[in-house]
Amino acid sequence: MAILVDTGTRLVVQGLTGREGSFHGLRNREYGTELVAGVTPGKGGQDVEGVPIFDTVHAAVQATGANTSMVFVPPPFAADAIFESADAGIETIICITEGIPAHDMLRVYNHLLGTSSRLIGPNCPGVLSPGKANVGIIPAHFFSAGGVGLVSRSGTLTYQIGNELAQLGVGNSTIVGIGGDPVVGSSFIDVIALFEQDPETELIVMVGEIGGDEEERTAEYIAGNVTKPVVAYIAGFEAPPGKRMGHAGAIISGSSGTAQAKAEALEAKKIPVGRNPTEAARLAAERVGART
Amino acid sequence: MDLLEYQGKQLFAEHGVPVPQGRHATTPKEARAAAEELGFPVVIKAQVQIGGRGKAGGIKLAKDADEAETHAEAIIGMDIRGLTVQEIWVEQASDIATEYYGAVVFDRSARKPLVMLSAEGGMDIEAVPEEKIARLHVDPLVGFLPFHGRRLAFEAAIDADVIRPVGAMLAKLYDLFVAADAMLVEVNPLIVTGDRQVVALDAKVTVDDNALMRQPAVAEMRNPSAEDPQEQMAKERGVTYVKLDGEVGILGNGAGLVMSTLDVVAQAGGRPANFLDVGGGAKAEEIVAALEVLLSDAKVKAVLFNIFGGITRCDEVARGILQALEQIDVQVPIVVRLDGTNDQEGRRILADADASQLHTAKTMLEAADMVVALAREGAAA
Repeated sequence: MAILVDTGTRLVVQGLTGREGSFHGLRNREYGTELVAGVTPGKGGQDVEGVPIFDTVHAAVQATGANTSMVFVPPPFAADAIFESADAGIETIICITEGIPAHDMLRVYNHLLGTSSRLIGPNCPGVLSPGKANVGIIPAHFFSAGGVGLVSRSGTLTYQIGNELAQLGVGNSTIVGIGGDPVVGSSFIDVIALFEQDPETELIVMVGEIGGDEEERTAEYIAGNVTKPVVAYIAGFEAPPGKRMGHAGAIISGSSGTAQAKAEALEAKKIPVGRNPTEAARLAAERVGART
Repeated sequence: MDLLEYQGKQLFAEHGVPVPQGRHATTPKEARAAAEELGFPVVIKAQVQIGGRGKAGGIKLAKDADEAETHAEAIIGMDIRGLTVQEIWVEQASDIATEYYGAVVFDRSARKPLVMLSAEGGMDIEAVPEEKIARLHVDPLVGFLPFHGRRLAFEAAIDADVIRPVGAMLAKLYDLFVAADAMLVEVNPLIVTGDRQVVALDAKVTVDDNALMRQPAVAEMRNPSAEDPQEQMAKERGVTYVKLDGEVGILGNGAGLVMSTLDVVAQAGGRPANFLDVGGGAKAEEIVAALEVLLSDAKVKAVLFNIFGGITRCDEVARGILQALEQIDVQVPIVVRLDGTNDQEGRRILADADASQLHTAKTMLEAADMVVALAREGAAA
């Protein structure tokens, strides 16, 4: 099973002819992901290492049956690329691009509500289902298949915790980077709802950070809707208010969005919060161990 | 990016939002000339990106040219909650009958713009009771409609004769919010004058940093001299840096990992000096740029370089660090934590190098303990 990407994924990469797009797209293919097409307007008919390039996503979908797209398009044009994928009927759109204007994402988010497309990202490392498919820039070699679903706003922190889990002998069903922007296509709640339905996922690890109130809302959601155990980690206790900590969405506004408030909201719903990535991994490993 | 009041008012004027006539000045003489041109009375207003200007004495009324010059002299160079006033705005004084509050906010939680209106203006909006603020979300695909303005005006219970002009102002503020890629457009106070004109007396505008590429006029409003010198240096070198006030310099790859590193150092008893994300960079020149920014803070007593190698390999990073250390003179100890892809080889490269200030660690927690101890030794020496 796993969620979002698996052996049924047929991937089209928007921006496959670019340096980053080809590097990561071909890495994903090497991992075993079925990479069926690339899209670069004006380069239709060419190929990248045997992968056919199309001028439009529509043409790529018609010719190859692509159902998943990865967006590797520069920030000023990325929203347009997402709209194009949704218009072509792509089910899962994974946008890696960092630096998309927030107003573009408002329009994208509200438009996608009326479609059947699901967006992961932007400003995210992508989605990996170990042993099945990798769509994005997650270094797959640390991860093995297992029962922990991992969802995170941060890339490297995901690798850090995933690697610590691997060293404790715990594998993952799917690793989902939802992205570090103020508005992303899928929230913690959206992804956790998928993990709850996924028979392969036994336990969920959520990795949050300062900014916004997603973690607080997720705590409420978990308490009312999730039967599987959840372990959390929150980064940014030392972050000062009013400063963007790297990610566009990682900012404490006034007194809202602090790590303290998020950790307290989760703990109030009996969700254990690790003090550091190592402790979060250990808490997860103990709980998976207890179930097997 | 936060705009100063007068910059926000420039955008207001461009979008047809009524604002008082004013002039920008940086010296008392300029303020005097501006005041004479505008006619008296005028208000001299300190231009700083912080609230509470009025209480701090940064806003003063002048009845004649001498008074305008004296007030300008007092305000320029004044310290307002840690910020030095470098610029002032000289504005025709307004005849205020009523003060309201109006704003358009990027509501990330609802993923929609939020428009707010209150009849209780002129004070800190956080001090206004919830029920006194009318709020309404706007569908960004449809935009601000006339009924939005009416509904807000009736719910906020503003004076009946200004419902139309206030609604019209909110519509223009919304247009500006979208056109300027703003995260916040706030008018406090939004006033009604004695002759019942609706005017924006203050302007607070924050523009999305990610959109500055398509907002060249706004991007040019940035004043580097008003920023922290280290943060300014970081911007010029394309490094993501936030200055804090501790003694442990911190850099790493990835925003989340660096945030987490700050927390772990604090848990180990140290105080982080900064946040610095080097991104995926392993090249010597990227590491040199980052270390130079970090070490320009004289309080830094030890450095923690936290790398989790993914696609970037730890051996590449180790070589980059050694090359960087050949190019710049580093006086403080550096703890390098290398974990992930090719981490053993990376640590071996660093251990074999003849660099006495380098220490290596395998885990984040071990690295944090080491760097905190080294920073203490440095502070004691």
